[in-house]
Amino acid sequence: MKRIFEVLKEVASRPSGAIGLLLVLLHIAIAICSPWIVPYDFKAISALDILTPPDAKHLFGTDQMGRDVLTRTLLGGREAILVTAIATPIAVFWGGLLGIYLGLVGGRRDDVIMRIVDAFLSLPWILKMLLLIVTFGNGIHVLIPTLAFFYGIPVIRIARAAAHSVVARDYVLAARARGQKRLTIIRRELLPNVLDALMVEGAMRWSWMLLAFSSLSFLGFGVSPPTPDWGLMVADSRTFLPLAPWAGLFPIAFLSSLIIGINMLADALAKTLGVDRAQKAPI
Amino acid sequence: MHKKRQSDMPIQTIIDIQNLTVGFTDKNGFERPVLRNIDLQIQRGETVGLVGESGSGKSTLALAAMGYLKTGLRVFGGSAQFCGTDMFKLARTPLQALRGGKIALIPQNSGQSLTPTMRIGAQMSEALELHSSLPQSAHVQRSLELLTRVRLPDPHAILTRYPHELSGGQQQRVALAMALTGEPLALLLDEPTTGLDVTTQAHILELLREINEQTGTAMVYVSHDLGAIARVCERVVVLYAGEVVSDGITRTVLRSPSHPYAHGLLASIPRVADARMPTPLDGRPPAPGEAGPACAFAPRCVLASERCQLERPPLRRLVNGEQVRCHFPEQTSSIDCADSRVARVAKQSQVRPLKLDRLGVSYARPSLVDQLLGREPNSSLTVQDVNLRIGAGETLALVGESGSGKSTILKAVAGLLAPACGSISFADESALGAQVEQRSQSHLRKIQLIFQNPDDSLNPRHTVATILAQPLELYFKLTRAEVVERSISLLERVRLGAHYMDRLPSQMSGGEKQRVAIARAFAAEPDVVLCDEVTSALDVSVQAAVLDLLDELRAERGTSYLFVSHDLAVVRALAHRVAVLYQGRLCEIGPSAAIYSQPLHPYTQVLLGAVLEPDPDHAPRLLANDVVESEPPKSGCPFQRRCPVHQGAACDRELPPWQHVDENHHIRCHIPLANLMQTLSAGKKSMHA
Repeated sequence: MKRIFEVLKEVASRPSGAIGLLLVLLHIAIAICSPWIVPYDFKAISALDILTPPDAKHLFGTDQMGRDVLTRTLLGGREAILVTAIATPIAVFWGGLLGIYLGLVGGRRDDVIMRIVDAFLSLPWILKMLLLIVTFGNGIHVLIPTLAFFYGIPVIRIARAAAHSVVARDYVLAARARGQKRLTIIRRELLPNVLDALMVEGAMRWSWMLLAFSSLSFLGFGVSPPTPDWGLMVADSRTFLPLAPWAGLFPIAFLSSLIIGINMLADALAKTLGVDRAQKAPI
Repeated sequence: MHKKRQSDMPIQTIIDIQNLTVGFTDKNGFERPVLRNIDLQIQRGETVGLVGESGSGKSTLALAAMGYLKTGLRVFGGSAQFCGTDMFKLARTPLQALRGGKIALIPQNSGQSLTPTMRIGAQMSEALELHSSLPQSAHVQRSLELLTRVRLPDPHAILTRYPHELSGGQQQRVALAMALTGEPLALLLDEPTTGLDVTTQAHILELLREINEQTGTAMVYVSHDLGAIARVCERVVVLYAGEVVSDGITRTVLRSPSHPYAHGLLASIPRVADARMPTPLDGRPPAPGEAGPACAFAPRCVLASERCQLERPPLRRLVNGEQVRCHFPEQTSSIDCADSRVARVAKQSQVRPLKLDRLGVSYARPSLVDQLLGREPNSSLTVQDVNLRIGAGETLALVGESGSGKSTILKAVAGLLAPACGSISFADESALGAQVEQRSQSHLRKIQLIFQNPDDSLNPRHTVATILAQPLELYFKLTRAEVVERSISLLERVRLGAHYMDRLPSQMSGGEKQRVAIARAFAAEPDVVLCDEVTSALDVSVQAAVLDLLDELRAERGTSYLFVSHDLAVVRALAHRVAVLYQGRLCEIGPSAAIYSQPLHPYTQVLLGAVLEPDPDHAPRLLANDVVESEPPKSGCPFQRRCPVHQGAACDRELPPWQHVDENHHIRCHIPLANLMQTLSAGKKSMHA
């Protein structure tokens, strides 16, 4: 716990970390508070205000049904952030554990499972996910497990590689020679040393998952209308983009700033945790 | 740019470092010097050794002579000149032309500095293109000349090899040949033989001596090994905490050191000719950049007076020509190291002897074809036919060159590697399980392991308390309070204290970390402790203290040690009995006094002959070549291919019989004992003459 605080403090002391942290916290705050701060009802249709440009009444303009874009943009990240914030830890957890286990035992089990992982990774992700969503439907209860499952697979690889470099160390050999149980070795010797790589990996996964979620919404497989969502808003505004760019640009800017924020945070985290060693002290 | 052609006017001073201070700026903006006011002049053809413990700044100084500093370091003052050019003021292009050409570096591990994907010939040619004026067509010829000069057998074949196809010693020779392409005026050698086998080391050092004599290249050796320095250097510069504390002729400094640090350092080195334990140097050197304004050595010095705590001594010249940074150099000779003692006798204990019976280990895994046909793999065993008995309270050392199977035996005893044949057992008990998983909890507890490098054997994320709690929780049903209590008493036993409980490995020095590793092993109250090169990652002054601690713990508890080391002097001080291994086969086994005074097996003689001592008058005897064999011969004596007294067909075909010198001392050789003793005494005579 104390260490998490220390790490966050050091992350915040780096310029990229500070900006990233600020962006991410801002987005989370908006997602939580938006129902109380939005100026209009997100469902309210107005035939008089169709595709009006930004003005004092509608700061971000209105869309093709006369709904307020500011209201919808502020609310549009809630689903995406909620789903990915739940799915990311699950993905990192199961992928990480399996990866560490495979890194420790090696041998035939490792060979077989890693070939399956390779096969999975060789398919385009959108194909795999659409298959599941089309089969099981598209509520949060399907999206979270689907994203958690598919985004856990590359984590296996990262965790396995990180565990491999630790398994060769003498302290793991010492634990084995003492006769420690396998689970104890994973928990006490491997996990603390692999955690750094997993944290950085988790941050990266989060940004990719956000993109994937928005892409699914864009294609119509994510959030159902009339719930506001960035991906959906971009899809809806596509036809009017030359006419009314504000309806699409604002949700894009919000999504991009969140993803850039997460990436900067991941970058600063990697440097702080020494996953990138070149930046360390002189001696 | 303003570089003059200087070949027509021979300059005498090649490297001229004046009042050089190098350091880094810490987080709080303070300047932390790593090298302080260094003055060092090196003349043409001179051989100088820079010695000191890790962190003393010796490598930084050598690199600074090339105008190179590690990232984060910068020059605070002074200059480093090479043949009259200031290396730190030189622009990039002329600097690159000098480096590798007229001033060349040979790093510690040359294997890593050779490009793995390029053949040696191509790399040599590249070096020649950069540093010589020879036309492309002459490169092969010149490469062959240089490879011959560094005594590589069959240079034509070497040209077509890749670096990984060469042994460590051969790689070092290639690196030397490449450094010679520019006909350098100065060669910097950073630990050139550390990590090589004793015989290889001795051969490389002889070669370096010869090259220095032939070419007049000045050589600067950076080494912690005073034995190597004594062999190749005329002059020694001792560094401590970034300062030159002593600078003089090798003979003077090593025979009658005037600085208390040099004195203590020499006393802490174990010697093959001396069975006593070395005297440790208490305390630890300041971390780089942490030395205060007074004498840096004062906190560890027995002679330190009030003046030493206040005033930094200047470097001054004594009557014997040595320069010393000490207020009281006259008193150094009065420092007494008489409390050194031989390895202790253990008290009676319940420990049962451990027996290895016809142990054989193989790394070869059956290939798919062999598996399908149900065939036995036809490769020979890595370790074969090893019979050993380790008595209660005894230290049995396994010695031999790398690849001799000493660590393999240790792993098999620890249950980390399943033996291919034979058994390991405590006396009067049935054999232990082949691997950890098949052994009982009490057997696991009785055998504990201490590793070479504490940086690798202690989990960097665990505090000392967690590290020590692991064996205590595993083997004994203790309450939390009891675990803490026992941990503290263990820390006290290894001469650390309760205040170490919350430290992480990164907050301790190498010696302290190794003590924690020792405490962890003894937490299990073991009967047998397996020590794998336990002091080779430590500085000599720390090594002496760790050896003494190990010996004390053994004597106190009656524990037995199986002690693996490549350092024959360490073995001499600690071991009661010595087993000599070659290619995984036992050659000779006996009490250490007998082995060291009367080595009978030709391999033991080769091994002991190659040992270097920190004594300018000690010359190694090179009895055999230093060819590295990757696999034992199919039949006959394992040492047949390198044996200096090879007897012909019998040695090649038949496994030599065991011959018994007395009930404890046995050797495995075809040559009759009487003849072996004769060659031994003849060798000794020739050495005295």
